Amino acid sequence: MPIYLDNAATTRLDQSVLEAMTPYLTSEYANASAIYAPGQKNNLVLEDCRQRVAAQFKVAPQGIIFTSGASESNNLIIKGVMFANQAKGKHLLISAIEHPSVLRTAQQLTTHGFEVELIPVDNKGLLDLEALKKMLRPDTVLVSVMAVNNEIGTIQNLAAIAEIVHAAGAYFHSDIVQAIPYLDLDLPSLGIDFASLSAHKFYGPKGVGAAYLNPALKVETLITGGEQESHHRAGTYNLPGIVGLTTALELVYNERTAYLKKVKDLRDYFWQSLKAEIPEVVLNGDLENRSPNNLNVLFRRVEGEAILIDLSEKGIFVSTGSACSAHNLKSSYVLSAIGRHDEDLNSNIRFTLGRYNTRMEIDKTVEAISQTVARLRGFTPIKK
Amino acid sequence: MALLRLKNNNMALNYTKKTLEHFLHPKNIGEIEDADAVAEVGNMVCGDQLSFSIKVEKGIITDLKFLSFGCASNIATASIMTEKVKGMTILEAKAFNWQEIVDDLGGLPKQKIHCSILAVEGLKKVIAEYEKKQ
Repeated sequence: MPIYLDNAATTRLDQSVLEAMTPYLTSEYANASAIYAPGQKNNLVLEDCRQRVAAQFKVAPQGIIFTSGASESNNLIIKGVMFANQAKGKHLLISAIEHPSVLRTAQQLTTHGFEVELIPVDNKGLLDLEALKKMLRPDTVLVSVMAVNNEIGTIQNLAAIAEIVHAAGAYFHSDIVQAIPYLDLDLPSLGIDFASLSAHKFYGPKGVGAAYLNPALKVETLITGGEQESHHRAGTYNLPGIVGLTTALELVYNERTAYLKKVKDLRDYFWQSLKAEIPEVVLNGDLENRSPNNLNVLFRRVEGEAILIDLSEKGIFVSTGSACSAHNLKSSYVLSAIGRHDEDLNSNIRFTLGRYNTRMEIDKTVEAISQTVARLRGFTPIKK
Repeated sequence: MALLRLKNNNMALNYTKKTLEHFLHPKNIGEIEDADAVAEVGNMVCGDQLSFSIKVEKGIITDLKFLSFGCASNIATASIMTEKVKGMTILEAKAFNWQEIVDDLGGLPKQKIHCSILAVEGLKKVIAEYEKKQ
């Protein structure tokens, strides 16, 4: 049986979620904008989903906009907020470890006359709050900081960031795609004005996500066309996807306590075993303020992608993290941002656990990595 | 603006069976103890490093070994190259082209072509080191 340890990339759809979606893919196919009876019935289902999603985040239903996923939500929020609030300014701040859908979107804005700056993080990946205070200006419109980092799992202090951002008169966006269900996301009490998420990260379907837009704030529409989503996002409602997102969201928050304990116990056991079995391993980031399903490890003197492909041939699926960089196509800008030396940027593996993983899988994985790393170290030119 | 230079991370990596075979069971790994010359190309920061050692007798490459800090295709390209080059004359080896590696492996993903180029660069460098000593 293959062992899947890349749950931050995507998760396996839950069977009950699929069952909840199925009628809307088959018999209940009416367009939720149509005014005949089946359409109106689906419209009620849609609005029920919106309310249920809003309830999870303690926000008003009109603030929830369904999208195709977190990349679209990040685009909508960053471009939409910056374009709609130009009277206030053209300055955007984002953390140095944002997902490419935030980084590249911000980068694109610079070609349209906006100014973007990166807020540094410390060696644990935590945002430098003093730097943030200094970087905020009267013309800063938006600050975007992800809730949980996709590579090293760092959990940001969202409430503290929001307080600083609001004190300076700016708005706060958080990409919460990796935070579900790891954080208790009461958006108003955290001070979050805008948020982005994707269903497939929490056992829902691919191709559907949501954005939270504070209804009191201005956001320009990105996808224009029909009048769906109160003019915030045109396009026929993806009702099967929206039902799937809603069902999955409730599912993961309902089983949250047991789930968090399970993945944390497995993750901690995994790290202890790795340390015990394999020499020259270093944890990237630290175990505090870290998503309980994330482990990111530096295996000295061997190259990460070689480890990944070797494990893949053994039926174990892991990640090397986001590719990118100032140096080459492979090294991680996130690890670079937390101060890892250039020599150490190409030897890292990210493991992200999920609800289907078992202790036996972890034992098999540790044994396999032990063999893989020993084999590759057998012919590395890098001296100890 | 101080934004990072993000590059394309669409890693479509459909390695051929032969590439995977050379990665999983690389040929000619190690260091030749009484090597006539050694050379190193690439570095850890780039994510690819190869070190070659060579043995030459009467103008013929009798042994060629390598060590690798690199990805699967870095290991596979060096492996297949050492197999092909062993037994060649120095003159033949100097004319060896990276395209032969790519063809022999049944193709390489576009973003991995540089691995074959690095391997050949290493070959040329270790031959140059050998010739310097003569």
